[in-house]
Amino acid sequence: MARAQSASLDRKKLFADPVMVTTIVVLIAFLTLFILYPLAILLVDSIYSPEGGLTLRFFQESFSKYTFIRAITNTLKVGFLVGILSALVGLLFAYVEVYVKVRTRFMSGLFKVVSMLPVVSPPFVLSLSMIMLFGKAGIITRHMLGIYDNNVYGFWGIAIVQTMTFFPVCYMMFRGLLKNIDPSMEEAARDMGASRFKVFTSVTLPLLLPGIGNAFLVTFIESIADFANPMIIGGSYDTLATTIYLQITGAYDKNGACAMAVVLLGITMIMFLVQKFYLERKTAATLTGKASRARMLIEDKSVTVPLTVFCSAIALFVVLMYVCVPFGALFRTWGRDFTLTTRWFEQVFTRYKGFKAFQDSFLLSLIAAPITALLSMIISYLVVKRKFKTKGFIEVVSMLAMAVPGTVLGIGYIRGFAGGVFHSGFLQGIYGTGVILVIVFVVRSLPTGTRSGISALRQIDKSIEESAYDMGAGSLKVFTSVTLPLIKDSFLSGLVTAFVRSITAISAIILLVTPSYLLITVQINEFAEKGSYGIACAFATILIIITYGSVLLMNFIIKHFGTSRKVKEVE
Amino acid sequence: MSGTQAKEPKGVRLDHISKIYKNPKTGQDFYAVHDVELDIEPGSFVTLLGPSGCGKTTTLRMIAGFESPDEGEIYLGGEPINELTPNKRDTAMVFQSYALFPHYNVFDNVAYGLKLRGMSKTVIKEKVTNILKLVELSDMEQRMTNQLSGGQQQRVALARALVVEPGVLLFDEPLSNLDAKLRVQMRTEIRRIQQTLGITAIYVTHDQSEAMAISDNIILMKGGVIAQMGSPTEIYYHPNSEFVADFIGECNFLPCTVTGREGEDVVAEVYGRPVKVRSENDRTGGGKEIVLRPEAIEIADQGQLPCKVELSCFMGSYQNYHVRVGDTLIKIADNCPIGKKTFQVGDDAFISFRSECAHLLET
Repeated sequence: MARAQSASLDRKKLFADPVMVTTIVVLIAFLTLFILYPLAILLVDSIYSPEGGLTLRFFQESFSKYTFIRAITNTLKVGFLVGILSALVGLLFAYVEVYVKVRTRFMSGLFKVVSMLPVVSPPFVLSLSMIMLFGKAGIITRHMLGIYDNNVYGFWGIAIVQTMTFFPVCYMMFRGLLKNIDPSMEEAARDMGASRFKVFTSVTLPLLLPGIGNAFLVTFIESIADFANPMIIGGSYDTLATTIYLQITGAYDKNGACAMAVVLLGITMIMFLVQKFYLERKTAATLTGKASRARMLIEDKSVTVPLTVFCSAIALFVVLMYVCVPFGALFRTWGRDFTLTTRWFEQVFTRYKGFKAFQDSFLLSLIAAPITALLSMIISYLVVKRKFKTKGFIEVVSMLAMAVPGTVLGIGYIRGFAGGVFHSGFLQGIYGTGVILVIVFVVRSLPTGTRSGISALRQIDKSIEESAYDMGAGSLKVFTSVTLPLIKDSFLSGLVTAFVRSITAISAIILLVTPSYLLITVQINEFAEKGSYGIACAFATILIIITYGSVLLMNFIIKHFGTSRKVKEVE
Repeated sequence: MSGTQAKEPKGVRLDHISKIYKNPKTGQDFYAVHDVELDIEPGSFVTLLGPSGCGKTTTLRMIAGFESPDEGEIYLGGEPINELTPNKRDTAMVFQSYALFPHYNVFDNVAYGLKLRGMSKTVIKEKVTNILKLVELSDMEQRMTNQLSGGQQQRVALARALVVEPGVLLFDEPLSNLDAKLRVQMRTEIRRIQQTLGITAIYVTHDQSEAMAISDNIILMKGGVIAQMGSPTEIYYHPNSEFVADFIGECNFLPCTVTGREGEDVVAEVYGRPVKVRSENDRTGGGKEIVLRPEAIEIADQGQLPCKVELSCFMGSYQNYHVRVGDTLIKIADNCPIGKKTFQVGDDAFISFRSECAHLLET
């Protein structure tokens, strides 16, 4: 029994489709060169020294350092806590939005703004305001409560700030999933006598399980890969990302940094594989090609009141933290002199080349965003809907990038491209230019986009595309006329997410940026580290306005031109 | 009906087609479809019938091009099409889930294939209008698909496939999501449209009554191989195996031994009594059984074989009996029971049947 003929026919059918073949070849080249290769170089650097050949010396040295061991345990502790907390809070917010009838417009507006705020801001903004609110000179701790020695630096500081930063990502993921659950399934359970809670635990929750794993994974990896928050609010509580950064920028120990980076990569990779293995078995299509009806919202007060109160409390806390930032930019000296001033904003543009910083950041992100969004939708389409030999490779590698912390990728790029590919000088030209920054932006946002694209596509009945294909549409036509319109929302949000992620990126970029490019995030980081909170806040405020504006624009577009428009009109 | 007039229908030939899959649990390869040999006449309506997992949908998807056969070649209108991608094949499929494009209205759904073929707007408008008239959805052009009932969605799916005038129309259990009454109505509709257009249709279903009602020919599949093919009457009255007999309609099996021949009939002995069965096969010896449809059996005070009534139940159009002949349970549908004697549970009676209504099977 041989399956040779079908394999060869499938191959022939594939090659009869030049668009597909070109796409696949380009994708494989891109993924290999910009994801696999830099990581491979890291691995080589960590076990090979030009003098001694193959060696485990660098690992032995790293593991013999107490600081490194402590950094590992610190990182894991924070990661687990933040992963769990973010998933829980994110789920709660999404549930309230999709299932619960929120009484007032103010409330629902508050939810949306609050959940979006952390997504659109550079991560260290929360660290900044945490210090400004609860630190030694904090408004709340010192001026309101009279506590003069509160220590926000360390484990809880990082954990709280990271949870506030990452739960909205979970919220967005859960919202997408919940909206795709066919309400009649829940109605069926309710109808059979299940209580509201029972419906949640026996229908909604099991359907969400892969999504919850997903959310935890995303947050966990984000948390242990996070560089900016531990840098600013970690104090002496070092995590792997910061330790590695200091190893290469401070100690100039390239091989040591590579060895540590491999360890960090190993941890994220294991988490990633555990999740992947678990997800594969649990994925189920919950939506067919047939039209679905609207959901009956929960109006029962015993459910709505506690949920809304809880969410509002978190919401207000987050709002407070964000309000802090523009005020930080408007006061003369935070904690001492609360006279209003515009001097920090003025200085941003007059003394610190603010305009160039915004121009550079904006332009590079604007180039990266559409490339990322399109690339991730194409990858999702290929992975979910098509059958071909190298599909596994594309799927694994593009998802793999998710498990690669920015710091690790940054070091990989330094080692891999500073002297050209394999030190041959090939592609050396891109090192230190905007091109490599754009590529890093793309690679850093690709997994998120691909993940959301895949989950959106998995919900769409395969036969919808098959029928277009069957009716005579080629791959490109199927993709543009059926797939893309059906996941338009997902594409648009991918576009904006990629833009926002790029313009707020720091961890890999800080290792690769050269003086010819001024990036806002790098500036904020610099001034925050120096303790110039006024300037840092001014930069951050303007950055928040840009990113928040783009998200508002996206929501406007989705609302008026999105997939759900026609369905909404019907209702 | 200009614009909906199909071009020349095409025949389909499957030349020793096999498809091998890997069993995900055991990791072993198995034949999902094995050595299927089939010749479908242009313009005919052929149904692939069988229980789930029999390979009927896989066969259909191989014809559409979504799956590639591991052995053999598929011909469409005499041309080998193994290497063609689905979009290059002259087929159009109606999916079980309808697979309507949720982001298009009815008109755009139907017009999709025509737009791909680069037709002008006026031609598209005309063709879509005509085909929607044919499926009786004329006033629904602007509706979104989620504003339609199941039956209407089904018609849109049908119209969308018909309008591109495919050489062969493929149906993948298209009615399984509809309620029973609508199912009956839609199958008549599908048959009417197929005959109006003279198009070749290959139809997959697991519902035997649907297959009987709609087809010129039925191909009954089991375990990836063809169990029997033929017209509905042939399959119904001359099943070649117990599986076929049992799958199509209700069936009784009476064990017997052939003792001789009498003209066109063979004489067989059932529980020591001789009965006549129309058959060319009069080889004596070996296990044989008589296949009898419930409605072909008469129950009376006199007859061929004595029996005892175990169930007697009025069904409206017929009286349903279960009777015991020897140790075999026989089901009888006594049509139009009014005015006839009704036997009660426990009664002794006789059954009889005409020789041409019975069929002989080797066991």
